[in-house]
Amino acid sequence: MIADSIAVTDRVTNVVFAGLGGQGVLKASDILARAAFAHGLDVKKSEIHGMSQRGGSVTSDVRFGGQVHSPMVPEGEADILVVLTPEEVNDNRHRLRAGGVLITPAAIDENALPGKKSLNVALLGLLSRHLELPESRWMEAIRATLPDKILEPNVRAFAMGRACRIAD
Amino acid sequence: MSQVERYLLSGDEAVAQAAFDAGVRLGTGYPGTPSTEILEHFAELGGRAQWSPNEKVALEVGLGAAFARARALVTMKHVGLNVASDPLFTAAYTGVSGALVVVSADDPGMASSQNEQDSRRYAVAAGVPMIEPSDSQEAYDFTFAAIELSERWGLPMLLRLTTRVCHSLTVVRRAEAPSAPQGPRFDRDVRGRVMIPAYARPAHRRLRAKLAEIQAWNETSPLNRRIDGDTGLGIIASGIAFVHVREAATQAAVLKLGMTCPLPIELIRRFVQSVDRCLVIEEGDPYLVESIRAAGIPVEGKAEMYRFGELSVGRVRRILAGDVSPEPAMPTGKPPQLCKSCPHRVAFDAFHKLDCIVSGDIGCYTLGSLPPFEAMDTCVCMGASIGVGLGLRHALPDDQARRVVSVIGDSTFVHSGITGLVEMVYNPPRTGHVVVILDNGTTAMTGLQEHPGTGRTLSHEPTTKMRYEDLARSLGISNVHVVDPFTAPDAFEKLLKAALDSNGLTLLIVRRPCLLAAARIREYERAADCAAGIPPA
Repeated sequence: MIADSIAVTDRVTNVVFAGLGGQGVLKASDILARAAFAHGLDVKKSEIHGMSQRGGSVTSDVRFGGQVHSPMVPEGEADILVVLTPEEVNDNRHRLRAGGVLITPAAIDENALPGKKSLNVALLGLLSRHLELPESRWMEAIRATLPDKILEPNVRAFAMGRACRIAD
Repeated sequence: MSQVERYLLSGDEAVAQAAFDAGVRLGTGYPGTPSTEILEHFAELGGRAQWSPNEKVALEVGLGAAFARARALVTMKHVGLNVASDPLFTAAYTGVSGALVVVSADDPGMASSQNEQDSRRYAVAAGVPMIEPSDSQEAYDFTFAAIELSERWGLPMLLRLTTRVCHSLTVVRRAEAPSAPQGPRFDRDVRGRVMIPAYARPAHRRLRAKLAEIQAWNETSPLNRRIDGDTGLGIIASGIAFVHVREAATQAAVLKLGMTCPLPIELIRRFVQSVDRCLVIEEGDPYLVESIRAAGIPVEGKAEMYRFGELSVGRVRRILAGDVSPEPAMPTGKPPQLCKSCPHRVAFDAFHKLDCIVSGDIGCYTLGSLPPFEAMDTCVCMGASIGVGLGLRHALPDDQARRVVSVIGDSTFVHSGITGLVEMVYNPPRTGHVVVILDNGTTAMTGLQEHPGTGRTLSHEPTTKMRYEDLARSLGISNVHVVDPFTAPDAFEKLLKAALDSNGLTLLIVRRPCLLAAARIREYERAADCAAGIPPA
């Protein structure tokens, strides 16, 4: 039984990713966008690059559904906020709608991750529990986005995140 | 499925894909966020793409190709259009025989720029028609349209993008290219292309006549469309503002403008007459609202506070509500900083320690202005470090003048620092001057692009490598030193101190590859050696 699962329908689903440069924020949002795209939905993804490799704050917005207009998730309308580092939670909480889902690394045992750079994909595994996108779409997107040599640990990280217990 | 295949592309990728599908023969440009990926993607697709030393040269090369009846694409960020504006204004007079599409990627909100100038003013000033896509599909379709229109009227076309159009991924379906490109050929047209006053005067009249024709065409152009809705409120929008409007005002009638220079004034007049009140929602300068009002059409605009920064659905809702109360401050987040072992750090440590007055420039190293270094005092535009440093030297009392250093990156130096160096030799300050080139072997800030000083082309193939030390010596600068900040970290500070204390002209080159680029650079070098038959070391 999946808690708080969001039906992927005509309604636009808003997901915001936040973290620091180098953590894979943009990669994670890319994978979600491609999974929703592969599912035949309208998708828009938006972010600000430029300074992202210099360790500064990075956020990325992914929206999907029947028809998406703006590529940016409006203020306070994110259904789900995925934060890759605890220090970025406070600065981004305002993006979340009332009753929205916050996903943080607290749910993941980082020491058990198959690679230190796979936290982003592990959190996608956890995110996948909240969205009604078939697992095959996620796998398709992960394979299309990540290079072959880092695929295997990331597939395992995704499975690890997906197996996490979700608090009711 | 019978529908056309879908792609998820950024606006930049969509422009590149359309250029490729339309048989663009040459893409030129200079890297600049958010435009950089256009040429990179065009090259990946198999198109011929080249980085030029700067945008002016890129536009000139593109213009030459378009004189030869080819289709050319020239890309740059908004401030690059300032650099390219000299050829742009006169290219509008000469016109082209093929197609010339100039992409200017504006950066409202300044995600990674030094100003938020609005390129739309350039279209008016230069007399160059301009089209503005709202998403990647339009970036694709409008690139086709720009090529078609450029060939039809023999004029360069401005394709104006903004950060959110360039970098957002949205769904794209490809289409049939407008028509096959013509075969390149040189047709002599001295009166058309040699802009001496006698030929330029009629050329200006020709341009204005063409613009009048394009304006008439634009009145019924498929680039503009009306979305029917509640006629109590009509909204006129273009570019990214349009998609925010569609979300914030789902019921309103909307006139979406695709070609925003020359404006379809009669279309706008009819739209405004068909609604009770009409609001213009545009990002940046009040360009549309002022132009429409100047034609005697009563429209409302946004409050001045919304000129600053990007628009968003939330801000459009505020504009619709007439809300001019102060906007809540957003958390600024953690600022970026120089990488932990960045070779630039050595230079900024020394500037800080010697209490230099640092005339800075555009690149990663602009981060040297932030703590812990706080070692940059000016940063204006590409290449300005040298001229501004010289000006400071000329004006300041000697004891302060001797603390002035100009610091510039390698790619920025090639872009527009060379003429500054010539100025230094031509008009040397009484106290001399010190220029520091931070040579990390790449254009790091925009994502590790090649440039003439790396000795590799856009596609990382070997080409002639420009040597700054040889250039400086040929100009008559005798004090030229190359320092490796890692193997000799103290040497830089000593050389800098000695140079500041002298009354001479000095060029210090701090040379060490960017940490993010080093592995790739080694790979390119290995590949080049391999191709040249040199065995691996």
